[in-house]
Amino acid sequence: MNRVLRTALAAAILIVTPAFAHNGVVHLGPLNISVPFTRATLPNAPVGGGFFTVENTGTEADRLVSASSSVAKDIQIHSMAMEGDVMKMRELPDGLEIPAGETVVLSPGGFHLMFMGLNQAFVEGETVTVTLTFEKAGTVDVVLPVMTSAADAPAASEHAH
Amino acid sequence: MAALARIRTGLWALVAVVAVAAAGFYAYTSMTSSAEAAGLGHGDYQLHTVGGEAFTRDSFNGHPSVLFFGFTHCPEVCPTSLAEIASWYETLGDEAKNLNAYFVTVDPERDTAAVLSDYVAWTGKVTGVTGDPAEIEKATKAWAVYAAKVPLDGGDYTMDHTASVFLLDNKGEFSGTIAYREDNATALGKLRNLLAKS
Repeated sequence: MNRVLRTALAAAILIVTPAFAHNGVVHLGPLNISVPFTRATLPNAPVGGGFFTVENTGTEADRLVSASSSVAKDIQIHSMAMEGDVMKMRELPDGLEIPAGETVVLSPGGFHLMFMGLNQAFVEGETVTVTLTFEKAGTVDVVLPVMTSAADAPAASEHAH
Repeated sequence: MAALARIRTGLWALVAVVAVAAAGFYAYTSMTSSAEAAGLGHGDYQLHTVGGEAFTRDSFNGHPSVLFFGFTHCPEVCPTSLAEIASWYETLGDEAKNLNAYFVTVDPERDTAAVLSDYVAWTGKVTGVTGDPAEIEKATKAWAVYAAKVPLDGGDYTMDHTASVFLLDNKGEFSGTIAYREDNATALGKLRNLLAKS
């Protein structure tokens, strides 16, 4: 009985609780999405990268399955790795798993969103809004501040040079 | 007894033969690897800069250079490397006044001179280089640069590519690399060494 109630309550919360941002962290069900940012694109660059951190505080794995934005024709979820001195980028057609109790980081040099077919340049100081869809937690808008073209992190957490 | 002495002599002779062979092999491999390094970049590629000037192996003569192979549909490595090259110029100031920088596309089908021109122009220092795909392939082969198309959903493609920055002396000879995201102080040290001997 108790479990049914809890499940029903959880389901109700999932349905009625909108995603909200708190201290720059976007909450979506058990997911906390933080340190979002993107980088200014170079002239004529038709692509851009999107970065953020997803913490799964739940007991079930979730999966980032897609992303979309008005600024790009398509957004893909990619992995990137250096093999020796060769940069290799791969599309993740099944999305990116966010295991229960774990934190997955999308950052330069690793997993990232790849904005393809940009409708506009990403300009430092502006923002880009992206809609993320998770298999279980649902859909949420995340605002990515645009940093410099070689930024490793959003302004608040970037080391002073 | 005599038989034992003969065996001992024989064994020592064998040791000597092995030692000579090992030394010879070592000398041979070190010679060939330095010969390969010296030959890196040699080739008859006929490319052109985004400004329309011919660009060949001889274009590296007379100035030390940094050379990067990339493409504009590159979300991360290429913008980062360009930004780093621009920051090296900024830090080195007058020290780098003779240093040339080239960004050679590995994606000539999409990176026309017009596209590539603006992509690199903001640095104020880096010259974009493109050309016929067959000639680009000659150049990547000459520099032992890996570049391969990887299809993406929707018919698009990205590219795997060597992400190191090559350092060339004022005769266009290969003089080392700066790895992707190499520590800035190390990178500047390598550049200062290059400039000092050029």
